[in-house]
Amino acid sequence: MSSPEQGHSEHVVPVSVYVGVFLALLALTALTTGVAYIDLGAFNTVVALVIAFIKMLLVVLFFMHIRWATGLTRILVLCGFFWLAIMVTFTLGDELTRSWQINPVGWGGMIVPLVRHLF
Amino acid sequence: MRRGWLVSDLATHAHSAHPPGFAHQFEDIEQQREAAHLGMWAFLVTEILFFGGMFTAYIVYRSLHYPAFEIGSHLLEVKFGATNTAVLIFSSLTMAMAIHSAQTGKSKQTVITWLILTMILGATFLGLKLRFEWYEDYVKHIVPGAYFGFENQWGPLGGQVEMFMCFYFFMTGLHAIHMVIGLGILTVLVIMTAKGKFSSEYYAPLEISGLYWHFVDIVWIFLFPLLYLIGGRYIPH
Repeated sequence: MSSPEQGHSEHVVPVSVYVGVFLALLALTALTTGVAYIDLGAFNTVVALVIAFIKMLLVVLFFMHIRWATGLTRILVLCGFFWLAIMVTFTLGDELTRSWQINPVGWGGMIVPLVRHLF
Repeated sequence: MRRGWLVSDLATHAHSAHPPGFAHQFEDIEQQREAAHLGMWAFLVTEILFFGGMFTAYIVYRSLHYPAFEIGSHLLEVKFGATNTAVLIFSSLTMAMAIHSAQTGKSKQTVITWLILTMILGATFLGLKLRFEWYEDYVKHIVPGAYFGFENQWGPLGGQVEMFMCFYFFMTGLHAIHMVIGLGILTVLVIMTAKGKFSSEYYAPLEISGLYWHFVDIVWIFLFPLLYLIGGRYIPH
């Protein structure tokens, strides 16, 4: 049904795993900082976000023990990120498909001409 | 294995040997630990969405005012952002080590040493942020408040640069508040450890506080590239 090490919230992780994850996180931090000084055009943002995502996975899986967590806990964690994705997607879906006025006219700018037009 | 308790069991159970910290409503310590983890993650999910609201707003405004956000980002010092990322990652390691030493039945002193090391690193993060970043920003008048304004420097883009600085201070500020709460939790853990509340059987408070600490670390892992590294830092050709 599941791998032997999975399904127990009590799991003693060897210190070497923690140190390895720590070193990987440090290396990725150095990498993301270094890449920012190289001109990749639009890919600078993509690379920065991919590295941040890998770092998050390392912390969640190893430091936060999701690698060895029960299925129930894993589903809960995924729910969190899924709902965040819903919030971002729906907000952007609205925001990016509107036709914005370049210079908002503000209340005064809208109401004064309206009143003049009516009376 | 029999599931559930009878009333007669409760009386005998109250006197039977069980690890300190074991609550009677659970079948065994393993189930109790699992419940604690699940509860903490439920809280962290609300935290994901709490910070998520700010990240969503940030994404929307960044997509609307990208050039201004680039200018604003270049007002921040990458070296402090990167150093603080490393400090926070190191504090996550020491926190994991504190839990590891409790789990493997190390002495109270060992657990407390790791916890205090975590606190020192957390305080270093806040110290660097206050002294070298927020204070310098305050001196340069790029903090929302009196004399805050970029119209002279960047004309019509000024207001949008101000918007970036607001995002910067509210996001890092909210993160810093979480760090301060984390330091409070760690203080309580040090006292509890010193009083001998934890054993290699029962250390759930250490574990779930660790989850919180690592979560705050993750928030910073995203804040660093999103605030400090917009549009890269190379010199434009």
